[in-house]
Amino acid sequence: MGRGRLTMPELDVREIGVRGVNKALMALDDSTNDRNWVVRSPQGQHSIACGLTAPIDVVIKGHVGFYCAGMNQQANVTIEGHAGVGVGENMMSGRVHVTGNASESAGATAHGGLLVIEGDASSRCGISMKGVDIVVGGSVGHMSAFMAQSGHLVVCGDAGDALGDSIYEAVLFVRGKVESLGADCIEKEMRPEHLAKLAELLQAAGIEAAPSEFRRYGSARKLYNFDIDNVGAY
Amino acid sequence: MAAHTPTTTPRKSAIFDDYTLSEIRRAATTGIYDIRGGGSKRRLPHFDDLLFLGASISRYPLEGYRERCDTSVVLGTRFASKPIKLDIPITIAGMSFGSLSAQAKEALGRGATLAGTSTTTGDGGMTPEERGQSKTLIYQYLPSRYGMNPDDLRKADAIEVVVGQGAKPGGGGMLLGQKISDRVAEMRDLPKGIDQRSACRHPDWTGPDDLEIKINELREITNWEKPIYLKIGGTRPYYDTALAVKSGADVIVLDGMQGGTAATQEVFIEHVGLPTLACIRPAVKALQELGMHRKVQLIISGGIRNGADVAKALALGADAVSIGTAAMVALGDNDPIYEEEYQKLGTTAGAYDDWHEGRDPAGISTQDPELAKRLDPVLAGRRLANYLKVMTLEAQTIARACGKSHLHNLEPEDLVALTIEAAAMAQVPLAGTDWIPGRSGSTEI
Repeated sequence: MGRGRLTMPELDVREIGVRGVNKALMALDDSTNDRNWVVRSPQGQHSIACGLTAPIDVVIKGHVGFYCAGMNQQANVTIEGHAGVGVGENMMSGRVHVTGNASESAGATAHGGLLVIEGDASSRCGISMKGVDIVVGGSVGHMSAFMAQSGHLVVCGDAGDALGDSIYEAVLFVRGKVESLGADCIEKEMRPEHLAKLAELLQAAGIEAAPSEFRRYGSARKLYNFDIDNVGAY
Repeated sequence: MAAHTPTTTPRKSAIFDDYTLSEIRRAATTGIYDIRGGGSKRRLPHFDDLLFLGASISRYPLEGYRERCDTSVVLGTRFASKPIKLDIPITIAGMSFGSLSAQAKEALGRGATLAGTSTTTGDGGMTPEERGQSKTLIYQYLPSRYGMNPDDLRKADAIEVVVGQGAKPGGGGMLLGQKISDRVAEMRDLPKGIDQRSACRHPDWTGPDDLEIKINELREITNWEKPIYLKIGGTRPYYDTALAVKSGADVIVLDGMQGGTAATQEVFIEHVGLPTLACIRPAVKALQELGMHRKVQLIISGGIRNGADVAKALALGADAVSIGTAAMVALGDNDPIYEEEYQKLGTTAGAYDDWHEGRDPAGISTQDPELAKRLDPVLAGRRLANYLKVMTLEAQTIARACGKSHLHNLEPEDLVALTIEAAAMAQVPLAGTDWIPGRSGSTEI
């Protein structure tokens, strides 16, 4: 476990397993003095650093499997590598940062906080998001922001098929090409307040890009209440 | 004077019956399919088609009111460090705050607690009223993840991952805008007044391999303390049960097509899925073949109404049952005291199923504050507790008559079927014969 308090405490998945790592991190509360943690040898294991509640910094040195930093509250988790399915799923607050690429369903249903993916994200990025802000340095796959309820999804690259299908009140910014828009998702005017919000998100994510190069997408709000005359859209 | 010409009695079609004709006219007028709450209303092979044999010369009974007949059940013994211990094997099924009023949810919690059993949240998250009044509360983890909050997950006593439900296996849900009050909207992170779709698939896993990883994540977040239930609709119960075991579930909740829903299409309710009776034996067979019967507990739901149904489900191999529609009726749903108001809604007490419209005269399936006030949570909770106790006494009565000192000792051998269909589904002999349809040769009697 810890290697003394003069250096960052370290946890090694190879030595204590995911359970040991999570147990140590979950035991911390707001009053902890050990604010900076390193997790070594993640070996692509699942559910590393999920369910954290304390305002701590955790750096994971390597690739992780499914649901890394899932349901995160307050913690600042950095994955120095690629992340599997559902990174930062249902996160409530804090920050989750992936230096590589992320697999499907990144930030799924997340309620708050900031999820940054420096590389690409796969399909269903931000699916059913409920308030989280997601910034992707690269591109996102098909069905991203499906049924997205609220929050922001920033895509510095391209977006795949059916972006924002059945979207509610989430706001999408895409710099590159959008393969197609999903049901009830439309391009919207980029007003000054949107440019300001986008600049804020890019700065928070540490990603350099000119807000003026992005387009905004959101809900046409035509499918908010069922209407038989819209049945072809479903 | 002309001779009298006899006329034939006007004959209505058996297939174009009054209901069918009215539905065609309704569809033609409105251009929308019929949406309603509840489960299948059609006649299906069910527990009524089974009888207990009781004791005789070859079996001796236990004395009613004297010899003990245990009703307790422990759920979640496979992996969870804190399994659920219930006094009775009848639980309250998941029903959402949103589809039901806060008072109704509180009443369910009160009634379940008084009777020594658990209640379950639903799509829309956990309310403080419900948590506060429920000694044992199961937290549903649904595809929509409306109101899904890790703090609530940790407050729960068990977690139920919902894959599907019997009324609409393969279908999601819809809470229509008229039931989206400020509070419901806030809990679900959506604007007030819009239709809220509940997804049919989970957003971050597909298939049993992913599900296993998801279940492990839920265990990690809750320190491996809480039992993980897996709720499935009755479709392919043998394979789904085996896959649920493979995925690491502690408890399987298997819901037949008589199980209710807050709202879905009538065509879905009546034409997709299996009757509850057809689900139990294949599920038990899967558990037995894997050596997991009684180790992974099986909860059966969908049309459980009385102690006989409880006893029959348990005799076929279930560890417990769950009730939803019946619990609502116990609270006061469809009570004839509101007949005048049901008539104004174009229906009658006993048939009211437009729960999605939020105009429930009984104040249960509504978010209208004036209607919701009609339900006294304390009194309604007492009614539910009374009903649960009666069901338990009834099941005990049958079990004692069959010579069983625990409800779990009831077995298929105690049962016969009244119809060939029920005999085939329950895999018990047709009454008066040794014939089990689908099995070659005679049964071992």
